[in-house]
Parts: sequence; structure tokens; C-alpha cells
Amino acid sequence: MFVNGEQVHLEGEQSMTSFLEARNYLKDRIAVEVNGAILPKKEYDNYMIKQDDKIEIVCFVGGG
Amino acid sequence: MKEKVTKEQIQEALIVRHTKVVQEKLNQARVAIAGLGGLGSNVAFFLARAGVGHLHLIDFDRVDLTNLNRQQYSIRHLNRPKPEALKEELLEINPYLDIQTDFLKIQREHIQELFQDADVICEAFDQPDQKAMLVNGVLELLPEKKMVSGSGMAGYGNSNAIQTRKAMGNLYLCGDETTGIETGKCLMAPRVAICAAHEANQILELILDE
Repeated sequence: MFVNGEQVHLEGEQSMTSFLEARNYLKDRIAVEVNGAILPKKEYDNYMIKQDDKIEIVCFVGGG
Repeated sequence: MKEKVTKEQIQEALIVRHTKVVQEKLNQARVAIAGLGGLGSNVAFFLARAGVGHLHLIDFDRVDLTNLNRQQYSIRHLNRPKPEALKEELLEINPYLDIQTDFLKIQREHIQELFQDADVICEAFDQPDQKAMLVNGVLELLPEKKMVSGSGMAGYGNSNAIQTRKAMGNLYLCGDETTGIETGKCLMAPRVAICAAHEANQILELILDE
């Protein structure tokens, strides 16, 4: 799979939630797109990542 | 007293600077700005000066002294709701703009009704979870809308780290994407304004290159 344009090897079965937690993403400060469509937050737990997925993750930091 | 500047005079002046074809598109455009702090107040000034015809200003906050280091308000605005204070200032630049205001803390359930008429939505909040809530909400509920968001503009220096990119779907992201208030960095006028200018510039491109 690709994450933000970089090829990443998918290790076993992984939900989006466990993938994000393993990489220390804060769930309430990000937006995630899978294969060109936004992944709603309520689907993070159930979405199982596939080997050919293209994932984009945007992180928000404070200030404005 | 000075003679009143007419709508036609302002249009002529804008056309001198922008050309007629460009100005006619700007006159028709509808932009909603969510958050009227360092980002949003600057974006609003840029778009009002450009003569963007319909602006929707939304914030739940009142002007306080800690805002004046970077936001487009003055002592005379202290304690006033930001939407009405900003509207008043923008109308001093162009009294013929159509400016709608909402003094409101935006929640996910407001998104569809609040933004249904906007051509472009500008995310200009300061809290990262609020930014994420609005961006996720718009991309999920109004995926056809174009959205411009800001992330990463704290501190000073390093101007060129602030960029604009199409991040996903109809989302354009401005900022360095890393430098936040969480890292103990201060927020200062120039770098916040650079990011605001990126947002406003992207909004103009979306309006004009349709």
C-alpha cells in the first residue's frame, strides 16, 4: 500500500484505527482518504486496510 | 464631509486593477470563512479588497487584547463579537459587499445548512481538533464543495516552509503542516498572515479558474 505517496508494507490484518495508533496519529486531529474518498471517522475501527490501498493522511496542528 | 463613493466607482476601480472578466467572476463569488482569528480575519480582508461579492463570516468569539498581535482588529473592537467587528471593517473598504455573519460555534450538525450556498469554504480555526472536525465534516457531507484549510504557521522565520497543496478530494491545505502552538511556539502576525495569504490566493484561483 501507499501512505502519503510512500510505499509501505502491510503487516497482517490491520484496521485503520490500529494502523493509525501504531503510527502515533491522533485520531481527532487528522483526516484520512482511502483510494480517493474520505474515510468517515466512524469507519476507522471497521475499515480493514488492503494491500493495494492508497492512503492519504492530513494532520492538523494548532494555530490560526 | 467627503462625497459618498458609489458602487459604480468602486467597480470601475476594481476593474482597473483586476480586468472586467476577472472582476465579474469575483463579484458573483460566495466564500464562507469559518474562524475569524489570525487566519480568517486576514483572509477576509484580502477577499474584501479583491471585491469578492458575497462573504459569510462565522466565529463564536469576541475580540480580546491577546488577538491584537496578529488579527485584523483594533482597541475599539475589544469585547465585540468578531463577525460583526470584522464586517464593519470590511464595509469601510467596500460598503457594497454582501456580508452575512454568524456568531456561532460551528458543530458538525451545522455544516450542511451553514455552507450549502458557498462556492468555497475557508477553514481558519485555531484548535487542531476543530480544524479536523470541520474538514472531515465538509469532505463527508458536502464532498462537491471546494475547501481551503490552514495547518502549521506558528513562530517566525522560515517563510518558505509555508506551502499550498491539494491534499485530498477538494481539500487544499496551506501551511508548513508541522509548526503548531502545541510545540510551545508563539503565534505572530507575519507568519500567520503568510498562511492566510496562501489561503486567500488559493480561494481566488478556485473562483477564477472554474
